[in-house]
Amino acid sequence: MIFSFDLLFEAVLFGVLLGCFYAAVSIGLSVSFGLLDVPHVAHPALMVLGSYCTFIVAGWGLDPIVAGVVLMPVFFVLGVLIYRFYYETFEKRGTEAGVRGLAFFFGLAFIIEVGLILVFGVDQRTVQAPYIGSSLALGEYRLPYRMLVAFGVALCLTVVLTLYLSKTFTGRAIKAVAQDEPALRLMGANPVRIKQWAFGIATGVSALAGAMLIIVGPVEPALDRLYIGRTFCVVVLAGLGSMTGTLGAGLILGISESIVLMMFGASWAPAVAFGLLLVVLGIRPQGLFGR
Amino acid sequence: MDALLQVKQVSKHFGGFTALSEVSIDIAPGERFGLIGPNGSGKTTLINCISGLLRNEGGEIVFEGRKITRLAPFQRTRLGIARSFQVPRPFHTMSVLENLLVPSAYVAHLKDSEGEARGMEILKSIGLADKAQAFASQLSQVELRKLELARAMAAKPRLLISDEAMAGLSGSEVDEILKILFDLNEKGITIVMIEHIMQAVMRFSQRVVCLDAGRIICEGTPASIVKNADVQKAYLGA
Amino acid sequence: MKYWISVAVLLIVAFAAALSGVNEYFFYAGYIVLTFVVLATAWNILGGYAGYVNFGTGAFFGFGSYAAVVLFKALGAPLIVQIAAGAAIGAALGFGVGIMTLRLRGIFFAIATVAILFIAETLMVNWRYVGGATGLQLLRPEATAPFGSYTRMLFVVMTLLAVIAVSVARYIQTSWIGRGLRAIRDSEEAAECSGVPTLRLKLIACVVSGALMGAAGAPMPMYLSFIEPASSFSLNWGVSALAMPMIGGTGHWIGPVIGALLLGSVQQIVTVTISNEINVLVVGVLLVLFVVLAPDGVIGLFKRWTRSSR
Repeated sequence: MIFSFDLLFEAVLFGVLLGCFYAAVSIGLSVSFGLLDVPHVAHPALMVLGSYCTFIVAGWGLDPIVAGVVLMPVFFVLGVLIYRFYYETFEKRGTEAGVRGLAFFFGLAFIIEVGLILVFGVDQRTVQAPYIGSSLALGEYRLPYRMLVAFGVALCLTVVLTLYLSKTFTGRAIKAVAQDEPALRLMGANPVRIKQWAFGIATGVSALAGAMLIIVGPVEPALDRLYIGRTFCVVVLAGLGSMTGTLGAGLILGISESIVLMMFGASWAPAVAFGLLLVVLGIRPQGLFGR
Repeated sequence: MDALLQVKQVSKHFGGFTALSEVSIDIAPGERFGLIGPNGSGKTTLINCISGLLRNEGGEIVFEGRKITRLAPFQRTRLGIARSFQVPRPFHTMSVLENLLVPSAYVAHLKDSEGEARGMEILKSIGLADKAQAFASQLSQVELRKLELARAMAAKPRLLISDEAMAGLSGSEVDEILKILFDLNEKGITIVMIEHIMQAVMRFSQRVVCLDAGRIICEGTPASIVKNADVQKAYLGA
Repeated sequence: MKYWISVAVLLIVAFAAALSGVNEYFFYAGYIVLTFVVLATAWNILGGYAGYVNFGTGAFFGFGSYAAVVLFKALGAPLIVQIAAGAAIGAALGFGVGIMTLRLRGIFFAIATVAILFIAETLMVNWRYVGGATGLQLLRPEATAPFGSYTRMLFVVMTLLAVIAVSVARYIQTSWIGRGLRAIRDSEEAAECSGVPTLRLKLIACVVSGALMGAAGAPMPMYLSFIEPASSFSLNWGVSALAMPMIGGTGHWIGPVIGALLLGSVQQIVTVTISNEINVLVVGVLLVLFVVLAPDGVIGLFKRWTRSSR
């Protein structure tokens, strides 16, 4: 175990950057699971798919972030299709939907993961960019540029999405459908269309999240398993339905993980998200800011 | 005579929203009690607090002299409080008769053979005997409502709460359900009826309480309630 | 009665086969398929009967394996003690996870099981005594007579475990517990208001399920002569344990058996002839296909077929 205040400060700094990144990759789940109640355990898998797509598109010469943005509309459509299918097959029937819906997304996650293995192999993939590989020196502390870029993008993404949900008409309709679907129906809006749109947005955001993922570090197909822990930890810790909470929860996770990484090494860090998730479920399942 | 059920200053909040605010009601044994109020006034929330699906934050609930505020729903059912659900929730993978076996086994502690016999008696008394082997998907609306009541009856309740059992039913169907509730009351079961159908509430209840925005705004005989200005305002707006 | 006669016949046949000259590979593959029968049956007690999905079968299974290894390494414990320890650990874990999350909605329980899986792997990776990330090689004891090889003996042991698991599932299904679990699955709130102690029943199902999974994991290290965290605590166990009952049919104890026999055999064939990745893909695709098209599984298809041919 290593400990010193300098290292601790650097870990916290890194943790803030990491935490914002975690918030951004979880925000799609915050919408699809937190607001729409879809048991979307395939969310990390879709994000990893986004990483690999970024890998391909970036290979054509685009900057990875640009690649991610370019992929967003494609993933939006994918999200709409997935939700439509889920709704027609499971949610409409109501009753047995719980188990089957979960099983469906679980199976989907596996299909995506194995599909990626078959196409790309199990080796790790990375992307190249001028900001990947070097660090910003702040006094004695080194902050990797790629983390700063991810932090910046993540912050923008979170702010934009939060504003969208609270200021625009469609955004508020999305929040409304989460709280009181019958009332929304009475107002003439079509809840299914709204949920479809929301799920599309959540998936589109995952494309950008995937781009950030492959910028922050190498990706491999099985990465989605680890991120189930991180994304659900953030969403549950924040509290279902809270967008701003996602940022706070992400920071808590990022800083915790970073400190554990510093003190105990890389073999313990992955368990932090899952451990934190269990603690939250055990003591305060409604999260910090939930509805 | 001691009250069967005492709701004492019960409050319930959902985040910033107050669903119930210091509601107090006493229900006498054998009474036919009506609970009315516009949509969103807190009727179902109150029922959920009494049956235990929700925990009230303020106040106490006392049943037969015993505080039940901390008890789980299944414990309250075993003490004698049964309820039906506003939107019927049948056990859809079980037949009608099997639905009744659940409370028979878990509340009345009857073996299956006894439970079936008793279940058939209940079904006969409410006119569902010929549907004993049917499944929920094959039942009509009024039959589903009857199943809800039958399942509550199978729990040998002393207090039965009927949550809008007649909503959306035709005139004759409403009469069918009313008759079932009257018959139960004659056998000594205290009944709390939540309804929107005013003529049903008026015919059935000995006493009526009106809720609005989580508060009791009026209490009295059916005749006096109907004339009350506050009640009219609550239903029709200012 | 018919059931117990079939069980007796099955055990006799398995025993006789193990003593016969049948190809060793049959027992090698058969052991795995039988393990899946236990896992699928155990999964279904909580997932099929009560409606609470467990993704982390690997955690219970893996902890059973590691409990066996620890006892074997520290005390040279015989197989039966290892299995009992596996069951005990699985039961304890089931109780722990259950008491923490079964009060919440189903998806929270499911996610908690994934969390347990990863935490379990992390713990074992960091424990030098059991070999950490690289794992441990194990020396099997001598094969006990009358069996010609240790694998054959394990085959018979796993047959017995499978019989126990299915018998337990059958008892639960047909007893008052089973009806309560079904009520919980159909409408938990209505069940609670009908006098069903939902948390208690869910806990019972979770503990029994966990115990069986842990017991199934215990002989695995002896079977492989090896143990390591990554494969013991893989999410792949979870997807198989879930897919098999969903494919076979979740309402009846025979469903997981059918699913395990079918899918388990397919898995053995695919893994050997094509690749392990395609194997997982097949499981995933079949799972999604059945969940979407045949939600009542093979049992459901069979019922539909017999009804329409009448």
